[in-house]
Amino acid sequence: MTRYVLKRLVLLPVLLFLFSVTVFAIVQAPPGDFLTTYVATLASSGSSISAEQVEALRREYGLDQPVWIQYLRWMENLAKGNLGLSLEYQRPNAELIGERLVLTVVLALFSFVFTWVVAVPAGIYSAMHPRSALDYTLTILNYVGVATPNFMLALVLMWSAFAYFGVSVTGLFSPDFVDARWSVARVVDLLKHLWLPAVVLGIAGTARLTRVMRANLLDELNKPYVTTARAKGLSEWRLVLRYPARLALNPLVSTIGWYLPALFSGSLIVATVMNLPNIGPLLLRALINQDMYLAGSILLIYCFLTIVGTLISDILLAWLDPRIRLEES
Amino acid sequence: MTTPVLEVKDLRVHFLLDEGVVRAVDGVSFDVHPGQVVGIVGESGCGKSVTVKAILQIVEPPGRIVGGRILFRKDGASAADLAELDPKGAAMRAIRGAEIALIPQEPMAAFSPVHTVGDQIIEALRLHQRQWRPEGSRLSRGEARQLTVELFRSVGISMPAERVDAYSWQLSGGLRQRAMIAMALSCKPRLLIADEPTTAIDVTTQAQILTLLRDQQRRDGTAIVFITHDLGVIAQMAHHVVVMYLGRVMEQGAVADIFDAPKHPYTRALLKSIPTVRVAPRTLLPTIAGSIPHPLGRPRGCPFHPRCPDAIPGICAERVPALRPVGPGQRASCFLYHRDEADEP
Ligand SMILES: Nc1ncnc2c1ncn2[C@@H]1O[C@H](COP(=O)(O)OP(=O)(O)O)[C@@H](O)[C@H]1O
Ligand code: SF4
Ligand SMILES: [Mg+2]
Repeated sequence: MTRYVLKRLVLLPVLLFLFSVTVFAIVQAPPGDFLTTYVATLASSGSSISAEQVEALRREYGLDQPVWIQYLRWMENLAKGNLGLSLEYQRPNAELIGERLVLTVVLALFSFVFTWVVAVPAGIYSAMHPRSALDYTLTILNYVGVATPNFMLALVLMWSAFAYFGVSVTGLFSPDFVDARWSVARVVDLLKHLWLPAVVLGIAGTARLTRVMRANLLDELNKPYVTTARAKGLSEWRLVLRYPARLALNPLVSTIGWYLPALFSGSLIVATVMNLPNIGPLLLRALINQDMYLAGSILLIYCFLTIVGTLISDILLAWLDPRIRLEES
Repeated sequence: MTTPVLEVKDLRVHFLLDEGVVRAVDGVSFDVHPGQVVGIVGESGCGKSVTVKAILQIVEPPGRIVGGRILFRKDGASAADLAELDPKGAAMRAIRGAEIALIPQEPMAAFSPVHTVGDQIIEALRLHQRQWRPEGSRLSRGEARQLTVELFRSVGISMPAERVDAYSWQLSGGLRQRAMIAMALSCKPRLLIADEPTTAIDVTTQAQILTLLRDQQRRDGTAIVFITHDLGVIAQMAHHVVVMYLGRVMEQGAVADIFDAPKHPYTRALLKSIPTVRVAPRTLLPTIAGSIPHPLGRPRGCPFHPRCPDAIPGICAERVPALRPVGPGQRASCFLYHRDEADEP
């Protein structure tokens, strides 16, 4: 088990290096650079900037250097723990990303917990009572859940909350707390706002997971070891939870790692609609404006979290499934 | 004659599929006496496994017991009809594993791959601890583990203490089957059902497993229902044979009688198709003419009539022969012997 984890930990820096090159290449890929976009934005708003000024800025930001030098500089800063400066905001990237990243991760965790807490029991029930009234109801709800775009769900919920209860459910904080310092009261306020976006973002995943859990468990229920357990005299619930449900979960555990990255990109429209201060909109803006160090940093963190997520699900899977654990060592 | 531990009377188990009704077991009767080994033999798909699953009420849906009685006597006491019990109820569960134990078909997958074999046996021991400890404190995990080690030793598993912590896929086929037997015996059942316990195991191990089961039966007087499609194994193991075809009993009786004086045309055909010392080597074994019908296309009348060399025109294809005596302790369902004894279709 230790070897299994170590092997994966050794891979981590290698993967991060590969990702950093790829990320940089992608962020660099669009024609022009931040200043080209900047000049165009200025022009469209009626102001302008002289060519000399642009050149001075280009030199200052190092944008006149060859790409690989720019990459090395970025890496040099990263090695020192410095994410660099946002060209657009003229503020440290770490500062811009920090809170938004925390909120994104918290939101992902909540919607993850919601998904699992709802989907796993629902899937187990459906598989244990196939073709029952509740199974059919859940099936219909699942199709609706998968088919409804989450931003539309967000809009409908926001509208109903406003129309019927007169409350505005956008954002993650009440107006008083938006720019406040972190405190117990602010956390409480966050929790009050968090559940709705967490549910909105989790609905489609919940529906899918319920179907997968149902299908997996139905497969497992036909296995001979279930007959063995039943012939032993175990009660139905106990035996299902102890044996087939456990085996049906294993393939799901290996998908935990994808959860965070999927939410990173999947939440963009919802975040825009619901005015959520998470990382999606920031990344979009950075990409449009070619604010390359900001975009690069976000993407690299995103890769890092993906790798860590995969590592966590690998470890969980090995812990749950002795066939994997013992094969590796 | 002793009172039977188990009396199966006209058992019917049907699968209600969208395509139609599969009559997997359609009127099966047989008795099992204390300390007796009853062999159920028949070609694959004839309803052997469904019959024994029905005894434990663990037939998978959409299978359902639609008729018949399953009388089980706990201690020579009055019989309970298992077919009447709620399959999920406590009374039925108290019988499973503790009074009637099953060694399921497919020993390869009969243990959960993510729990150690010991774990799964300890669970059974603690579930039915009353079999070990009629009163007093609950059997602790440690004690149950110790019992498991001893069980492993008694079924001939070497290094029992290590094997208890192994996963089933780390064990050889023979060891796995021994562990399964240990589990089935763990709660001292009165009746042990072994569903093809020696298929998919090499011949040497096969013989060892059979010896193990027979010794067990001699030592504790456990009654055994032994399922196989191999008449050779029946000759070695059983006292009494039940020959099944398409969900019905064709013939039953003492092993010696069935082998020496088979009455039913199907039994005769089966016996002809197995190699014996009397048949000269390299002669082609006769096979039963025709093939087993599709489960949904059961023939009318005697289920064997399309393949039967002795079929009586006008009778066998019309009515279903009832199981009637054809000798002392021997019964067959065939119009050759009881032209007028028909069952309800
Ligand atoms: N789960 C099931 N669904 C539908 N039909 C089944 C099922 N299990 C068994 N059957 C039917 O019952 C018949 C007898 O099966 P089984 O008792 O397993 O045969 P065997 O004698 O080989 O043990 C099969 O031919 C099949 O048509
Ligand atoms: S009843 Fe008729 S068809 Fe069936 S076994 Fe006897 S002779 Fe053959
Ligand atoms: Mg079978």
